[in-house]
Amino acid sequence: MSDKTVVTVTVNGEEQEALIEPRLLLVHLIRETLHLTGTHIGCDTSSCGACTVLLDGRPVKSCTVLAVQANGREVTTVEGLEGPDGLHPVQEGFKEEHGLQCGYCTPGMMMTSVALLAENPNPSEQEIREAISGNLCRCTGYVNIVKAVQYAAAKEGATA
Amino acid sequence: MTAATESTVQGAIGQSPKRVEDDRFIRGRGSYVDDVQLPGMLFMAIYRSPFAHATINSIDCSRALAMPGVLACITGKDLEAHGLAWMPTLAGDTQAVLATDKVRFQGQEVVCVIAKTQYQAEDALEGIDVDYDPLPVIVDPGKAMDADAPIIRSDLEGKADNHIFTWESGDADATERVFQEADLVVKLDTLYPRIHPAPMETCGCVSDYNTATGKMTVHLTSQAPHAHRTLFALVAGLPEQKIRIISPDVGGGFGNKVPIYPGYVVATAASLLIGKPVKWIESRSENLISTGFARDYHMSGELAATKDGKMLGLRANVLADHGAFNAQAQPSKWPAGFFNIATGSYDFKAAYCKVDGVYTNKAPGGIAYRCSFRVTEAAYLIERLVENLALETGIDAAEIRRRNFIQPDQFPYRSPMGWEYDSGDYEKALNIALDLVGYEELRKEQAAKRERGEIMGIGFSSFTEIVGAGMSKICDIAGLAMIDSAELRIHPTGKGVLKLGVQSQGQGHETTFAQIVANELGIPSDDIAVEHGDTDHTPYGLGTYASRSTPTGGAATAIVARKLREKARQIAAHMLECAPDDLEFDSGTFSVKGSPDQKKTVQECIFAAYQPGLPEGMENGFEDVTYYDAPEMTYPFGTYICVVDVDKGTGEVKVRKFVAVDDCGTRINPMIVDGQIHGGLTQGFGTAMMELISFDEDGNCFGGNFMDYLIPTAVESPSWTLGECTTPSPHHPIGAKGVGESPTVGSPQAFVNAVVDALSPYGVTNIDMPLSAHKVWKALRDAGVSDE
Repeated sequence: MSDKTVVTVTVNGEEQEALIEPRLLLVHLIRETLHLTGTHIGCDTSSCGACTVLLDGRPVKSCTVLAVQANGREVTTVEGLEGPDGLHPVQEGFKEEHGLQCGYCTPGMMMTSVALLAENPNPSEQEIREAISGNLCRCTGYVNIVKAVQYAAAKEGATA
Repeated sequence: MTAATESTVQGAIGQSPKRVEDDRFIRGRGSYVDDVQLPGMLFMAIYRSPFAHATINSIDCSRALAMPGVLACITGKDLEAHGLAWMPTLAGDTQAVLATDKVRFQGQEVVCVIAKTQYQAEDALEGIDVDYDPLPVIVDPGKAMDADAPIIRSDLEGKADNHIFTWESGDADATERVFQEADLVVKLDTLYPRIHPAPMETCGCVSDYNTATGKMTVHLTSQAPHAHRTLFALVAGLPEQKIRIISPDVGGGFGNKVPIYPGYVVATAASLLIGKPVKWIESRSENLISTGFARDYHMSGELAATKDGKMLGLRANVLADHGAFNAQAQPSKWPAGFFNIATGSYDFKAAYCKVDGVYTNKAPGGIAYRCSFRVTEAAYLIERLVENLALETGIDAAEIRRRNFIQPDQFPYRSPMGWEYDSGDYEKALNIALDLVGYEELRKEQAAKRERGEIMGIGFSSFTEIVGAGMSKICDIAGLAMIDSAELRIHPTGKGVLKLGVQSQGQGHETTFAQIVANELGIPSDDIAVEHGDTDHTPYGLGTYASRSTPTGGAATAIVARKLREKARQIAAHMLECAPDDLEFDSGTFSVKGSPDQKKTVQECIFAAYQPGLPEGMENGFEDVTYYDAPEMTYPFGTYICVVDVDKGTGEVKVRKFVAVDDCGTRINPMIVDGQIHGGLTQGFGTAMMELISFDEDGNCFGGNFMDYLIPTAVESPSWTLGECTTPSPHHPIGAKGVGESPTVGSPQAFVNAVVDALSPYGVTNIDMPLSAHKVWKALRDAGVSDE
């Protein structure tokens, strides 16, 4: 396990270089090496989606991706959502619609929602529910998460 | 209750300001225990038993110790030298921290590895060699008391069986007399299966011993940080002023984070011995197989009634499976929790229940998963019995409830098993729910469908909860009175800090408790910062579970704000040169009765409290603290109605509509109340339809990860139709009763009653949870409806 390797990953627009064990999971690179702790870990079977980040714009469960697989690619985490103009519409939607309670699943849930809206700017309720079905939330019952995504879709639609 | 006048101050009770805690969570800036990263921090991983019951012959850690980065392997023998191999449980039993003599359930903690990185610690688990002699295993609690059953707790001196306790409530003789008089008796044998709270964040800690100051700081996933500090002092022998528990943001608790777990104790001991911070974070599998299971109540209920459906008596006999150690979290005097709330919303002549707790070779517990101490099991039993009484008598399920409700003029109502209900209007909640669901039309539709051979069901639950423990005269945990506290300090500029003994795990205390201050003191809720979860900086309290935060900590907050309002009144009177009684208070302003332009705002009074020239004898400053001991429990209630369609071919149950009418007394923040209800209903749906921790005959745990232990996703989860009514609690300062747990307590039986109603034409009178498609299909097949 001593043969370390260098990876270069662009995280939230900033190029990061790290010397890592080849087996290091992307989620641990993000949390432990880069200290971006907004991405959470909720299971060990790739079931819960708390660790969801965007890899080249597509949502991945970062507990199921090796950090070396992200070499030379772009990762966006929850910390990268807010821009110079303020909160991302999805972040705003989660707050406005009470789409979170304990907040633990929220970053992963938001990243999946961001990816959904990029692909489908005006999803139906059923499409939203299917898109987030790989992200578990134990607190909200999903009703307000659906509303949060709809809020973001409406807001993005209005400003597009 | 002293009803506050409706306040127009920003954030006052009844308004729904957005949650202040969300600002950090939506930015990924929350601070959960696993986010704590300290210089020199070491990592702990736990080697667990693969056997459910086995003697340990030897433990050899030499291979692990030779692996990279490994600093120590801690065994039960090592802990024994420090008197830490066993620890007391909240239920007055003892629990192995690390196994010494034998292992008693699959997943039990045997060795802890401390290493420089998490990966190294987990690698080293492969290097632990334990020699076991497997022993016979008890999985079925019904066999635990057999004469030839192996003794699980051979560590307890003189222990010759697997019995833990017998607990009775009510009057057995009077109940028997009522049963003799009855026209009919409905019986039900049912299992409320073993399930798990499974918060999205698992349990864990970072224990950080400072060798210079001797102070132990434990960052802990804790629902009760103050109680945990005291328990750490009692268990580990550390002086309490040198222990600081920090429970930062908690990623859901639901009862899972009330007990002290072995991992916490060993990580803390390791930090103490090594002098460096030690982090232990449970994996999901560890969470599901070893910590904090709930329920596992094997219940036999009998309901005696007249032929026109008047309920007379209730009798319940329960076999409670507590696993290998009695590590349930209940108030000390209540080994079966408040199971004797089992008479529910109905006026019985007599009732009696008996609960026997037994040991089995399963994970220890059970904790109060989003419920007030076994009220969930009790509410399930009574509502299932009432459903079956309706089937037996042919009386409509709504009507039979209506005929038996405790009436509004009977409150305060003394139940046959001894509880004093505070307030209620059960029929009102039922009527609102019937209107919302369109009951008459649904029954017509059901009749038409039955003609066509289609399967549809309507299920009720008119539950009553008992929450807010509460009442130190009958409730303590480990001898600690179940009080809670609030400390309010307002700075000269009229903005301040509220510090709580209760602990949010997502309930939104930072928002709602500031709203109570806004209401009582007239300071906008935006101007009040709420702090909790750091024992060095908050007043003592027993924590958040059993829906107790608003009933206890919320009451303390209202009272401390009122104390300060009275101080402000004295100051205002002094400034306006009138008597304090001549002042009226409304929305943050004191004005002279009859001269409304003669007035002072509360902020002016607060600034004056820090200036010279106060009334004679008054101290400067504007702060106070209150410890609140509730005079009684609170009794939230409601009616839930579930409508299901069942697929004859597959047994799949589709929840078409679910109406939930909750009465939790005064609602502080309606948005947050609705959110709590949505979440609780979804957990109740999971319990009823999907979730199960089961075991094979060797004690192997099924349901030990999220591929096997299924919690609802957005796809299965129904949408909810909410209604409300408001019957304030007469003894709570703001009339609030607590809401977090009503939906998990109230809803599972509504789903089951709906399916039983659906299948009743085929002679089905019971299906135990979870109602998987397979189970429902099997019931239909057995009734000759579905094909093989």
